[in-house]
Amino acid sequence: MTGAPILQVEHLEMRFGGLVAVHDLSFAANRGDITALIGPNGAGKTTVFNCITGFYKPSTGMLRLVTSDGASHLLERLPDFRIAQEARVARTFQNIRLFPGMSLLENLLVAQHNTLMRASGYTVLGLFGFGSYTRAEAAAVENARYWLDRIGLLPRADDAAGELPYGAQRRLEIARAMCSAPELLCLDEPAAGLNARESAELEDLLLFIREQHRTSILLIEHDMSVVMRMSDRIVVLDYGTKICEGTPAQVRNDPKVIAAYLGVEEEEVDKVEAEVGL
Amino acid sequence: MTEQSAPAAAVPSRFPAALKSAALSALVAFGLFSLIVGARTDQGPTGALIVFPRLDDLAWLAGVVFAGSFLRTLLFGDAPLQVSRHFPSGVKRIGARLSRFAAPALLGFALIAPLLFYSNRYYLDLSILVLTYVMLGWGLNIVVGLAGLLDLGYVAFYAVGAYSYALLAQNFGLSFWIGLPLAGILAAFWGVLLGFPVLRLRGDYLAIVTLAFGEIIRLVLINWQSFTGGPNGIASIPRPSFFGLPFTDDEGGFAHTFGLEFSPIHRIVFLFYVILALALLTNWVTIRLRRLPIGRAWEALREDEIACRSLGINTTNTKLTAFAIGAMFGGFAGAFFATRQGFISPESFVFMESALILAIVVLGGMGSQLGVAVAALVMIGAFELLREFAQYRMLVFGFAMVLIMVWRPRGLIGTRVPSIFLRKEKELPSSMVAEGRR
Amino acid sequence: MEYFVQQLINGVALGSIYGLIAIGYTMVYGIIGMINFAHGDIFMVGAFVALITFLVLVAIGVTALPLALFLVLLVAMALTALYGWTVERIAYRPLRRSFRLAPLISAIGMSIILQNYVQIAQGARVKPLPPLITGGYTLFESNDFAVQLSNVQILIIWLTFTLMIAFSWMIAKTRLGRDMRACEQDARMASLVGVDTDRTISLTFVIGAALAAVAGMMYLLYYGVADFYIGFIAGVKAFTAAVLGGIGSLPGAMLGGLLIGLIETFWSAYFSVEYKDVAAFAVLIVVLIFLPTGILGRPEIEKV
Repeated sequence: MTGAPILQVEHLEMRFGGLVAVHDLSFAANRGDITALIGPNGAGKTTVFNCITGFYKPSTGMLRLVTSDGASHLLERLPDFRIAQEARVARTFQNIRLFPGMSLLENLLVAQHNTLMRASGYTVLGLFGFGSYTRAEAAAVENARYWLDRIGLLPRADDAAGELPYGAQRRLEIARAMCSAPELLCLDEPAAGLNARESAELEDLLLFIREQHRTSILLIEHDMSVVMRMSDRIVVLDYGTKICEGTPAQVRNDPKVIAAYLGVEEEEVDKVEAEVGL
Repeated sequence: MTEQSAPAAAVPSRFPAALKSAALSALVAFGLFSLIVGARTDQGPTGALIVFPRLDDLAWLAGVVFAGSFLRTLLFGDAPLQVSRHFPSGVKRIGARLSRFAAPALLGFALIAPLLFYSNRYYLDLSILVLTYVMLGWGLNIVVGLAGLLDLGYVAFYAVGAYSYALLAQNFGLSFWIGLPLAGILAAFWGVLLGFPVLRLRGDYLAIVTLAFGEIIRLVLINWQSFTGGPNGIASIPRPSFFGLPFTDDEGGFAHTFGLEFSPIHRIVFLFYVILALALLTNWVTIRLRRLPIGRAWEALREDEIACRSLGINTTNTKLTAFAIGAMFGGFAGAFFATRQGFISPESFVFMESALILAIVVLGGMGSQLGVAVAALVMIGAFELLREFAQYRMLVFGFAMVLIMVWRPRGLIGTRVPSIFLRKEKELPSSMVAEGRR
Repeated sequence: MEYFVQQLINGVALGSIYGLIAIGYTMVYGIIGMINFAHGDIFMVGAFVALITFLVLVAIGVTALPLALFLVLLVAMALTALYGWTVERIAYRPLRRSFRLAPLISAIGMSIILQNYVQIAQGARVKPLPPLITGGYTLFESNDFAVQLSNVQILIIWLTFTLMIAFSWMIAKTRLGRDMRACEQDARMASLVGVDTDRTISLTFVIGAALAAVAGMMYLLYYGVADFYIGFIAGVKAFTAAVLGGIGSLPGAMLGGLLIGLIETFWSAYFSVEYKDVAAFAVLIVVLIFLPTGILGRPEIEKV
């Protein structure tokens, strides 16, 4: 599966006033991989996401994304909406951000805005009901139907997104991101608040996205069982710096990682592990 | 009031509480009214202010408050008053069914209104006024209701439209049918000019900037005497013609050409249909746009701007289009206003107008076309009905705004119809609509 | 130079009045996130209450000026605070958890109510009041131009800064101030840890209205006139001041008020009186374009 890097993060630094949220972070996510970004709370994971998706402008550093047509985009120079539009990065949010008063179908159509906007001749043609737009809209609806079916919400297509239960909202947000046909999908704690069955469904969905749609995934997640099962590579952050990077097996056994998660100094890990019976 | 049987049983036991709350309310009312109502100031013979007591009015008001508060607590208890809860569910269901026929019925009525009111100039003028506000409401609805951008200076675009047409007609002799689109374009241009720098501001900052812009436009209109005529305004603005045929009592006039007897009502009827057509154009465009990607992006923007940006939507351009299109319709309405009145002055474009149009949009139910039309009809209609009460009508008007908001914060129409359906058409509760997150 | 100093003094006096009104806007905005559109009219009510109290005092024979002024100040603050409390209770509290625009429309309704209520009760004509506080100091004099600091101006500036200090102390040190700050951060959480949010919000309106009453009284003393419409213009400018200073920030409101007062005065003095309001609003737009959260507002980090 592993190919050339789709995303290269080099010497990323993000400061808020005096606070250094991310310090000299470098890593790469390979095309077609699921790359996980883990670390204790406050390690700077979401900040990295916000830099990649353009909601924050990094203090220094370079973020290079190579799309499948070979074009390379420097994300730190693009405004957020162009990162989604041109570099084809889509994301979900830690606190779900749907359009709660709009129907599920509308949510998924908004995600296809740029395609539809072109088809509607930037509104002018669409206003007078030209056929080309009607066809494009039918195709977009078809795409939305496909994703609704995939996440098991087709029967609720015309309901308000805000009326869905929590787990369904999470799935809908992922489906909405996928409707924008991304090459890199950034998921911010997608399993948070899900029960075991929903969590298993989520894993299926993510594997499906990777296998069938060849979308690379960057994942922030606290549920270690999900991370260890799903990820091809893991980057571990603590206090804004990278402390480890590797396959799940490598990361699992890295004393620095264990120390960070247990909140003790590296030398004491053995002792603490013995105490808790590991 | 059929559901009142259960609470009614509790009425006697509430008596002491009702008495207490009534006494408190009356005390507060007495404090509030003590000086402003209880002591009237006027200029005495020397020109200096003198004060004389007016204790009877004060007693009256305190008494009314006492009685009102007493009855309210006695009948409904301390719970916040929710009028809708006191409606039997049957009434609500009939209401829901009626609303489905309301739009065609209103349209049908609008189309034949000039025939019904042919002999009554007052009603015709009133209908034209209502339709002007319907159009303004629909125009502002694009900005506030759909895109969720709080615009407190919409009247500025109305003014730009009116003055554009008036000045173009006076200085270059342009006819209404040429001046109208130009006025709309100029208003849209001003919309873009204002919108471009300020649209990245957050909700309430945007509100105050638009308010400031509205005031700036008005102040410039007052003070730039050589260009706008200052406080005296512009008079003798050309009246519209029936596609070249003037409404005059001579050869080549409208009546003469069609072999009719001349009547000044012809022009009023024509004006009525012009504003009806303009309003329906606004409505048609809005309905079309809502089903296009731009319209969906507007509504998505109202719900969550950050999510929009994460989906690749250029939020600045999206807001700018909403602003410009809303401004354009405001400009059209302004041009119509100018040609109908034949005279315009800055007095017609005060902040109260913006507040009134915004109130129509919010009272109607944000984003609902039918709601806006009904709200315009109710507000302007009721306002005219209160004409007899001259000085009290603004007071009643203000109370109505407060009460309707307390009663139905989401406006008269509390549902939102999605722009597209997969299976079957159904309405969504607008309580879900997020109105942006902070 | 003399002319400049004179305008500076005039601007600071005017700005103090705007600043006191702006505090009411900024406090309410900070605590419940709404534009209290009726606040300008509360200021107008304050001016009227002060006017009527003064006339009543004269009628019943209280003529010692310092005592009369002190009583006028007390009555105006108390009664106007009652207005602030009532407005919140009737028009805003039922809409506390409602959606964003409902309280704004309700506030505009309240503003209309207050204006017309005063107009009906007291008439539409301008109420003149002869200057009560006369005299002043000539600071320096040259080229036939004397720089005057009148006693009214001294009173206005002194009262404003005293109130500002007392008020800042209250926010920083007292239980009420702490409750207010807690509600501002997170009203739900504050109520969970035992802050009576309803009471705190009510008191915010009460304090804001009392400060507006002081502003109303000073306006009356400074200009010697009042009518039912003064609330709108002053309100819009005070709100502009609050936004300019950074809405939610108390020193910001005062700074914004002073700036608006100075801009208005200098523009009138050096350019044109007609366009003084245009200048104030234009500065607001320009500042917001470059400093979107005002001068002292906290820069907002978007929580994503």
